[in-house]
Amino acid sequence: MTVATRHSFVRRTITVCIAVIGVALLGGCQRAAPAAEQGITLHFWAMGREADAVRQVMPAFEASHPGVHVDVQTLPWAGAHQKLLTAFAGDTTPDLCQLGNTWIPELATLGALAPLDRQVADSRVVRPGDYFPGIWDTNRLHGTLYGVPWYVDTRLLFYRKDLLARAGFAHPPRTWAEWATQLAAIKRQAGPDRYAILLPTNEFEQLESLGLQQSEPMLRDNGRYGNFRSPGFKRVLAFYAQMYRKHWSPVVANTEIPNVWAEFARGYYAFYFSGPWNIAEFKQRMPKALRDKWATAPLPGPHGPGTSLAGGSSLVIFRASAHKRAAWQLIEYLSRPAVQRRFYQLVGDMPPRRSSWDNSALADDPYAKAFRVQLEHVRPVPKVPEWEQIATELRLVGEQLAHGQLNVDQAADELDRRADQILSKRRWMLDHGRTP
Amino acid sequence: MNPRAARAVINGLLVGVAVIALFPLAWMLSVSFMQPGAASSLPPPLLPAHPTLANYARLFGYAGMGRYLLNSLGIATGITLLSLAINLMAGYAFAKLRFAGREATFRTLLGALVIPAQVTMMPLFLMLKWMGLVNTYAGVAVPMLVSVFGIFLVRQYARGLPDELLEAARIDGASEARIFVQIVLPLLRPIVVTLAIFTFLASWNDFMWPLIILTGQEHYTLPIALAALSREHVQDSELMMAGSVVTTMPVLVLFLVMQRYYIQGLLVGSVKG
Amino acid sequence: MRRRWVPWVFLTPALIVLGVFFALPVIGGFILSLTDFDVYALADLHNLRFVGLENYLALLRRPLFWRALAHTMYFVVVGVPLSIMASLGAALLLNSKLARFKGFFRTALFAPVVTTVVAVAVIWRYLFNTRYGLVNYALHSLGVQPVDWLGDPHWAMPTIIAFAVWKNFGYNMVIFLAGLQAIPTDLYEASRIDGASPWQRFRHITWPMLGPTLVMVGVLTMSGYFQLFAEPYVMTEGGPLQSTVSVLYLMYEDGFKWWNLGLASAVAFMLFVLMFAATALLMRAARKRGLA
Repeated sequence: MTVATRHSFVRRTITVCIAVIGVALLGGCQRAAPAAEQGITLHFWAMGREADAVRQVMPAFEASHPGVHVDVQTLPWAGAHQKLLTAFAGDTTPDLCQLGNTWIPELATLGALAPLDRQVADSRVVRPGDYFPGIWDTNRLHGTLYGVPWYVDTRLLFYRKDLLARAGFAHPPRTWAEWATQLAAIKRQAGPDRYAILLPTNEFEQLESLGLQQSEPMLRDNGRYGNFRSPGFKRVLAFYAQMYRKHWSPVVANTEIPNVWAEFARGYYAFYFSGPWNIAEFKQRMPKALRDKWATAPLPGPHGPGTSLAGGSSLVIFRASAHKRAAWQLIEYLSRPAVQRRFYQLVGDMPPRRSSWDNSALADDPYAKAFRVQLEHVRPVPKVPEWEQIATELRLVGEQLAHGQLNVDQAADELDRRADQILSKRRWMLDHGRTP
Repeated sequence: MNPRAARAVINGLLVGVAVIALFPLAWMLSVSFMQPGAASSLPPPLLPAHPTLANYARLFGYAGMGRYLLNSLGIATGITLLSLAINLMAGYAFAKLRFAGREATFRTLLGALVIPAQVTMMPLFLMLKWMGLVNTYAGVAVPMLVSVFGIFLVRQYARGLPDELLEAARIDGASEARIFVQIVLPLLRPIVVTLAIFTFLASWNDFMWPLIILTGQEHYTLPIALAALSREHVQDSELMMAGSVVTTMPVLVLFLVMQRYYIQGLLVGSVKG
Repeated sequence: MRRRWVPWVFLTPALIVLGVFFALPVIGGFILSLTDFDVYALADLHNLRFVGLENYLALLRRPLFWRALAHTMYFVVVGVPLSIMASLGAALLLNSKLARFKGFFRTALFAPVVTTVVAVAVIWRYLFNTRYGLVNYALHSLGVQPVDWLGDPHWAMPTIIAFAVWKNFGYNMVIFLAGLQAIPTDLYEASRIDGASPWQRFRHITWPMLGPTLVMVGVLTMSGYFQLFAEPYVMTEGGPLQSTVSVLYLMYEDGFKWWNLGLASAVAFMLFVLMFAATALLMRAARKRGLA
């Protein structure tokens, strides 16, 4: 073998090695399957049960929009926020997505979402006036629209009528004072092993909803600082803490109560603080004897019927999407009252449009009525991109409050300290004329 | 203590430890065949009353475990093959080829072992984002393509190869590449097998990096999919156990078949070089 | 004839991969830790600020960081000795002349090592369930009150430590076994003739002869245990009351949940410094006793 051929052998070996590495690297590069030759594939992320339900209404959409295929991917609720941020960070966002409306400011600020004002102005399906105003408002940031409400969600009370009656109450509470009286009375009847209410220690929606009932906002100075030391929020913390201190609620996380419905049926607690999806669950899971022994009620306020959280999900289109037109067609399809009614039948998610409620099973549903009332009285959470992070701290501090590790003043101080820390970059950006 | 009593104590203790080691795995297997919901009752059942494959059917149907199994197999195999090629070449060079800076380079590599890989994860994510490799199989593989430990292992073993053999081949005019492929590799066979098993197991079981870099579920490996599933289906213990079986069984079987090589490699690696 | 560059050809793939995907990110990570790289910077690089050591100072002022550090130290300080003791105990049993079916037992005790952490952590979560778990059921039959293993802040970390010991002891066991087999048998014979008890033989022959192995096993196990992550991620999600948040868990949440990559890099470098210091201390102590 000559020197030359020897070298070429070496070179060949190297080339093969590099080629192998290269192929392996590139082979992995191809993202999800490329669009079919004739049509396009819309990547649509939806959460948990909504994803399962939306798959069932897709065939009709695909039939009326030839050439468009919708690939629905399920995100679990628990990890959804993180997955969305990660997708943004990794440039792997889908075409459109179901987005919890409290996350809209965050993703809009990051420039991840496409504005939708023009599409809505031209649309014959999506009519802003038909939507609950508190809900529609959650989709706007600095005057620009980034999402179309898909369904609404708010928190209110599920309660056992029979247990309330046994404790001597004919109607659900309307004020905090009434609520406290009822809770104390029910607890007296229930004894040490049962409770008056279930407030899982690892959920922030309770504190958030009660906080929205106060006249002081939870953040002050255009979202520069936390405002949890306000008298209003301290009242919330005190009210919340006594629920555990007086043993009205067990000090448990929701992971420790795998079957809330069975425990509700067993009378482990009389009040449950939850959202609309549980109407269907309770209807289905309550034993026959208890079928008409439970009801829903709007959230009591400090001095009368209270406001609650303007929750729910919207449909958004990502800025990076190459198929914005088709994505908008899908949003319009999902916004049709008929489709929304079908969607309600499938998962029990409540439509955000008044016309979808009218002439539907919803209009006569006694359990839904409390929600219809509550929905006219909902407020959005502060519209700062950092809210999800602050809400997480709300959950953590609330947990410590429930366990008695902090008192009300300490919890309020701690919340403000953490919120101020989280908002420091926002303050810098506001001070330097950048729009966060 | 008389020898008979001592024998009884020692073997009794061994049986006890073995039960502790194996019980959770046996229980996993058993529960995976129980009817959904059967495991959450009192007293907790040890064996399925009515064995069923329903959990596996749900796992591969509804939860799409087949895809994740293929992902795991593909990723682990790919990493194993590529990193074998790279580590074998490097380990051999450090053991048998003389060049200026050999010891210094090797010591630098060993020194790098003190840096935990997590330090690199944040910048590596940004780098791979820039290269368009987030949420790709290549993105998972990249940090595992070279293992300093693997290079060390190969070097330790290759140092035992007779120099005369290599010199003789050189005098016969064989190229370095040819010597490596036709003479050295066959002699390194045992360590190749060992390293292959090590790498395969490590990449199969790897968790943190794939969790970070795989943003879409279509690329999930089994551990990532299982972790995600366990957050959604806390109450479905039978389904989760079936998922655990699918995730652990392939590596357990691989280990059982190849344990001689595995343990040998573990010992070579633990001897101070 | 031989070209000087040939060895480098063999090294090139390894060095390129290490350089691009390890060395560069290490340097990049340090630079990143001096910036406030966050989700705003991800959207627009103009929002990136150089903040010097501010991230490190912020960490030192942050209670959760100290708690994560304490949890990690707890896991290391309790977990490493327990693991090593379990490994050594099992190795001594297996090495005994009286032990039977050694091959079977060695395989059985090693099996947990090769399993996937995530999968077996899921198993443990069910075994240690408060109401339906077998562990509480077994304890109940012994008359012990049920323990909320993973839901009680005082018990969650001990449960995770027990899990780690179970999962890992087989690995060091095999190393110890080899170490034990390398001890010349005539040492034992001689001491037996001198009438030494089994404990004295262990104390004066086995333990000193295993010295270097012990140090090495200690260092490797320790650096592994400092990197606690998957166990709390799967078993407790850092809870209850954040009692199982480890340093790496904190890094993961800061970095890849909230995308504060600058801060997360600072956490990673703090962990690096800590691991380095702990290893150096251990090696120094060992050297003082002439073990390494």
